[in-house]
Amino acid sequence: MNIPYTRHTLDNGLDVLVHEDHGCPIVAVNLWYHVGSKNEVPGRTGFAHLFEHLMFEGSQHHDKGFFQPLQEAGALLNGSTNADRTNYWEVVPTNALELALWMESDRMGFLLPALTDAKFQNQREVVLNERRQNYENRPYGFASMAMMSALYPASHPYSWMTIGAADDIRAARLDDVRAFFQTYYRPGNASLALAGDVDTQVAIDLAAQYFGDLDAGEDPPAVQADAPAPPLAERRLLLEDRVELPRLYMAWHSPSLFAEDDAELDLVAEVLASGKTSRLFRSLVYEDRMATEIAASQNSRELGGYFQIVATAAPGRTLAELERAIGQALEALIEEGPVAREMERCQAQAEANFVYRLQTVGGFGGKSDQLNAYNIFLGDPGFFHRDLDRYRRVTPAAMQRAAREWLDRSRRVLLSVVPRGRTELALAGSEPVAVS
Amino acid sequence: MMRVDRDRRPPLGADPSLRFPEIRRGTLSNGLRVWTVEHAAVPLVSFLALLPVGASADPADRPGLAAMTSDMLDEGCGELDALELHDALARIGGHLDSEIGSDATILTLTSLARHANRASALVADMIIRPRLDAVDFQRVRELRLNRLIQLRDLAPALADRAFSRLLYRNHPYGHMPLGTEPSLQSVTLDEIGRFHRSMFTPSRMTVIAAGDASHDALAACVEAAFGDWRASSEAPAIDPALWPLPGVPADRLALLHRPGAAQSELRIGHVGLSRKTPDYHALLVLNTILGGQFVSRINMNLREDKGYTYGARTSFDFRRAPGPFVLTASVQSDATVDAIVESLGELDAIRGARPVTASELYAGRAALTRGYPRNFETAEQISRGAAQLALFDLPDDYFATFVPKVLSVDEAAVTRVAQQHIDPARLLTVIVGDRDKVAPAVHRLNLGIASELVPM
Repeated sequence: MNIPYTRHTLDNGLDVLVHEDHGCPIVAVNLWYHVGSKNEVPGRTGFAHLFEHLMFEGSQHHDKGFFQPLQEAGALLNGSTNADRTNYWEVVPTNALELALWMESDRMGFLLPALTDAKFQNQREVVLNERRQNYENRPYGFASMAMMSALYPASHPYSWMTIGAADDIRAARLDDVRAFFQTYYRPGNASLALAGDVDTQVAIDLAAQYFGDLDAGEDPPAVQADAPAPPLAERRLLLEDRVELPRLYMAWHSPSLFAEDDAELDLVAEVLASGKTSRLFRSLVYEDRMATEIAASQNSRELGGYFQIVATAAPGRTLAELERAIGQALEALIEEGPVAREMERCQAQAEANFVYRLQTVGGFGGKSDQLNAYNIFLGDPGFFHRDLDRYRRVTPAAMQRAAREWLDRSRRVLLSVVPRGRTELALAGSEPVAVS
Repeated sequence: MMRVDRDRRPPLGADPSLRFPEIRRGTLSNGLRVWTVEHAAVPLVSFLALLPVGASADPADRPGLAAMTSDMLDEGCGELDALELHDALARIGGHLDSEIGSDATILTLTSLARHANRASALVADMIIRPRLDAVDFQRVRELRLNRLIQLRDLAPALADRAFSRLLYRNHPYGHMPLGTEPSLQSVTLDEIGRFHRSMFTPSRMTVIAAGDASHDALAACVEAAFGDWRASSEAPAIDPALWPLPGVPADRLALLHRPGAAQSELRIGHVGLSRKTPDYHALLVLNTILGGQFVSRINMNLREDKGYTYGARTSFDFRRAPGPFVLTASVQSDATVDAIVESLGELDAIRGARPVTASELYAGRAALTRGYPRNFETAEQISRGAAQLALFDLPDDYFATFVPKVLSVDEAAVTRVAQQHIDPARLLTVIVGDRDKVAPAVHRLNLGIASELVPM
């Protein structure tokens, strides 16, 4: 199992990756820039994402909205920003590949001549509304902000969310946009993947034509952040929100992306809370019915990961009960490790998930997106099968060891989110946090 | 290296041709329809079981019964209890998805192709032989009640529910599939058993098998799993054409107070059309231009020009009976009334004051036709497309005629369907937001006083 590809690096440093898949007459254009909210500084949080919005507002040779020509060519398109990277993609019918490359290359090379204060002001309002819609007006919407700022010191870029603080978004200036573009939107800081119904040589030639003459510029500065130190003692926090049922968030520092123990903890999360047969679902939701929902995840990122368990209390049940039950399940896993049946099941699911990842050429998580992820984070677009090997190699003993090493109760952060005015529903000893 | 002329937008050239996947249709002796599609791209198969029975089949006093019945399907079936079933699903690399809408219940299981027989058998067990054990029933009921409680804080859910209820009232589309608290409190396991026995019958069901196997192999899997199924009793077929349509709501404007809300959640619309409308393709083009994609009038106005929202859209929800036409947006609180004024303005303008232009028509049609191939990339996408044909009794050549039909829509047709099927005088506006920020400006809408809704 693999995503076969050809890599060609242009003189200006842009990696071009091509994968042929002739099943459907479409091509995925997928462009990653190795910049995200971890490249921001305190006081200007949310900027990488705000910048992403401006990439859709026109560039020098097409100083109109980015969507119009592509949507009328039958394209599906979008972009996203996270802590570590920003991606842009189009899935186009084969006859619109050149159009998409013309447009992507124009905004990589010639965004600033078309940038105006009016566009900037408008998109700042749009982003503030995105923040209201997805965080401020959503139940439990502030919880991840509280968790991130508790897990990392304020100087560390993972201490803020990619959406950023509302005041920082308002404080952003047009000059910041210019500087950010010139620093990070460079061919050498990007990776272009083309996947689908296209001939490899044709794709490379087209990419070279459109991107080859863009200025290489200088390498962006390295991120100013050390590997974060985990909390030295357990922290308990409390957040009041417009919610009906209390919810418990429990998180630890964990290995970074592709690091040792990353796959092990991914499978620990699977054994704990994926599907009805998982340990926590079975005990908390299925048997005891103390929780209405449960989730666990290993969130691995470049500078360090976090492992998180989230559980919502059933009416009349307490977060203390949830905390105890989760703690016991973790201890049992650490003491005894997963049983053979669990191992077989989670490895079968992991293997199947890799097959599912081969279904689409484009969009978030499609084959083009995966080639870029492996290239940007590891410099190896062909890492797919070695990635799968990471999961095949996991042993029960390794999962047990990883859980013991990383999921120590003395180094966890606990957040109780409770209905407004019901602070007594929080775990004992929780200190209120202010998030907005 | 050749230098490109960046001032020249690359022309598109001819559109690629698309070969539509062949759907092979068969019927088992018990009346169950079996459709198969070969799709060898990846070693996966998917089995989609479609039952044209959805939340609209709920008895009047039991909103939520159909959804709860479908929720019980994977709580143990045949020889397996719930945990054993999910263990079995995991071992074949299964992804199970169950969804219930107003018109249909759909259960889809995708698995590794080498486990096709097992996957098909598990789908049949869930559909035909759910255990419906009391302990599972209690848990599922509790979880659904808890979900209802949590929805009280979710503005989009509140808006959707208020909008359907005010628009459709006692019509079968007037409630959410999840149902209501009193109904879920009083529903019995017996009722679920009866609903399952009378509604889940082979003659109603279509199973669509698609993936990395031959037509014959896929059909054999379905036959082996579903061939022996016999209905014990059968409720009469549901005929949505017989449902009387609700009248226009008395109130034109309704507000659900959400103190301190950062945004107002808006729904503006009225009862629309059924899937059988002869204007289907013209309405798709109209909606694409009006609010169906990023560059639509509504989104460009409310988001890209005014900055009131992260996004706004419109949709015609074509169902077996006339479904809603609705504009959806979440807007910043202090711009609520301005956003409604702009929205109502756009809904009216496209009917004549600012009819679609030639370039809008070109762009709208092209977005639909050139984007069409994307719908046929994965086995599951193809199955979902085929399920639409089965649910709405669309002709076998539906996929092949889609593009020519869309291309035959002209400006006059779009304006005509806008005039005929968007009626400003009937539009209902629902706001879920902070009364104190909205009320002072509401008089500018000339829709009367906002009737205030009671929180559920």
